[in-house]
Amino acid sequence: MISLKVNGRNFSLDMDPDTPLLWALRDELDMTGTKFGCGIGMCGACTVHVGGRATRACITFIRDVEGAEVTTIEGLDPQGNHPVQEAWRNLRVPQCGYCQSGQIMQAAALLRDIPDPGDDDIDAVMTGNLCRCMTYPRIRNAVREAATVMKGN
Amino acid sequence: MVKNVLLTLFCLAVLGSGGFAVIAYRSEISPISASDLRVFDPEVVEQGRLMAAAGFCAECHSVPGNAPYAGGYAMETGFGTLYSTNITPDPETGIGAWSEEAFLRAMHEGVDREGRHLFPAFPYDHFTLMTKADVRAIYAYLMTEVEPVAASVPENGLPFPMNFRIWQAGWKLLFVDLGRFEPEPDKSADWNRGAYLVEGATHCGACHTPRNLLGAEIRSKDFGGAAIDRWIAPALTADNPAAIRWTAEDFTEYLKTGVTRAHGVAAGPMAPVVHAGLQKLPDNDLKAIGTYLGDVVGEPQSEAEIEAAIETSLRAGRPSTGYRLDLGERLYASACAACHYNATQIVPGRPDLGINSVTRLDAPDNLVQVILNGVGNEEGMAGVVMPGFRAALSDDEVAAISAYLRASRTEFTPWPDLAATVSRIRNSNAH
Repeated sequence: MISLKVNGRNFSLDMDPDTPLLWALRDELDMTGTKFGCGIGMCGACTVHVGGRATRACITFIRDVEGAEVTTIEGLDPQGNHPVQEAWRNLRVPQCGYCQSGQIMQAAALLRDIPDPGDDDIDAVMTGNLCRCMTYPRIRNAVREAATVMKGN
Repeated sequence: MVKNVLLTLFCLAVLGSGGFAVIAYRSEISPISASDLRVFDPEVVEQGRLMAAAGFCAECHSVPGNAPYAGGYAMETGFGTLYSTNITPDPETGIGAWSEEAFLRAMHEGVDREGRHLFPAFPYDHFTLMTKADVRAIYAYLMTEVEPVAASVPENGLPFPMNFRIWQAGWKLLFVDLGRFEPEPDKSADWNRGAYLVEGATHCGACHTPRNLLGAEIRSKDFGGAAIDRWIAPALTADNPAAIRWTAEDFTEYLKTGVTRAHGVAAGPMAPVVHAGLQKLPDNDLKAIGTYLGDVVGEPQSEAEIEAAIETSLRAGRPSTGYRLDLGERLYASACAACHYNATQIVPGRPDLGINSVTRLDAPDNLVQVILNGVGNEEGMAGVVMPGFRAALSDDEVAAISAYLRASRTEFTPWPDLAATVSRIRNSNAH
């Protein structure tokens, strides 16, 4: 049995310890907001937080996160109103939307560690989150807007 | 004394304007009815169809979506909006009541059947060069092949006093040499045929030659390029900015197909000139136009110069290979920088790899171990996890990231045989 703490709740999973965290989230815990993209940690669609750090769930084994705090898009804010999510809605960032939960989780982690990022910082940290609809300019704008709001708070 | 001077000036003014009125006056040419039309030789009609295509008459004498030649096309002239006329053989609104003589006078002198001076938006300053035979052929074509359409066109939008057509007589005196084309005896027949078509029927200079303040083509700047309809009609001379100079063959090919290998395509106002116009001309006419315009441009470039221009353009168009050079840097940006990046200070949990010993040890083993196997929650910083990339990255890719970090973050020499090292470590501790 593997014990996971996801979005503040404890779960016991009867799964192979080498199961990717993404599988556990989507197939066992029914948290399907986190998406499967490339499966090799290169696209960012599966990004969740582990200990507040952006982590690719597709290549992270559940045995490695036992005892850690996992946060998914469902738990980023109880009402879905994290400043990053609000900026995303205000600026109508998503297009097809598939990569966006990963983008939002990555942006939220970025702003936690680097509250006042310049464009170069945004590019450096967000480059690993691919968007095939090419919403990058809106993503960058939304990160800036969220940063402004979060500083104000 | 003063009285005498004033009287003299007054008399001169009266005489002057009287004289001008005499010069400007053109009589009406009697209307004809359809039954007055003679039967035209089919070969003449065909010649007229080709000449109408060479002049792409339909382009300005039609509105897209409406009947061809029914007029109403708006031309923004800078002096006001002019509307092209209906030149279908409708007797009321078109040219059905025009005799051949009236049509000839319009084409050669810019005067309509009623004796009114035409505005030079109708390029009679070019058509005056055309032979009577060619003009008559166009007449035959229009009167027999074009459907009569009863369609009135909007009033011209010229402001007072430019709307007085009598001024056009003065414009002609100043700017137009009325008269037929005269061949240059020392040029080839091909060149002269091209010159005849380009300067006359195809009126290339109407768009490609800049105009003076009064709207006349500036002879000293023939084919020098000009703005038209919010497009630029580029220079047809050596001043054309294309990186490869146009040649006779280029012009011919372009006017036949709308495109050459190296230059832009016939788009915007030039599109119908080619596709609804000159394209229909026989090959030898297009070749003649090419010969003439090629001569306007001047000496062609050498093959070597052309190849060099092509190579320069191709090279400039190739994406920079810089972003592909370092696989390691790319992989780092994709897989690592989400955490391993700091802005102005190092945040705990975002290890900065320029200080950490893993990049600075003599052997890459620790770095490779961490990339392959990650750092679980029971290791390292509590609550923070790094996934292993064992199943995600190949030996070469892990080696590339390691080499990139070694080169970019440290001052030390590269690690040798990285990929082999990665392979050994991978196999020694397979999970």
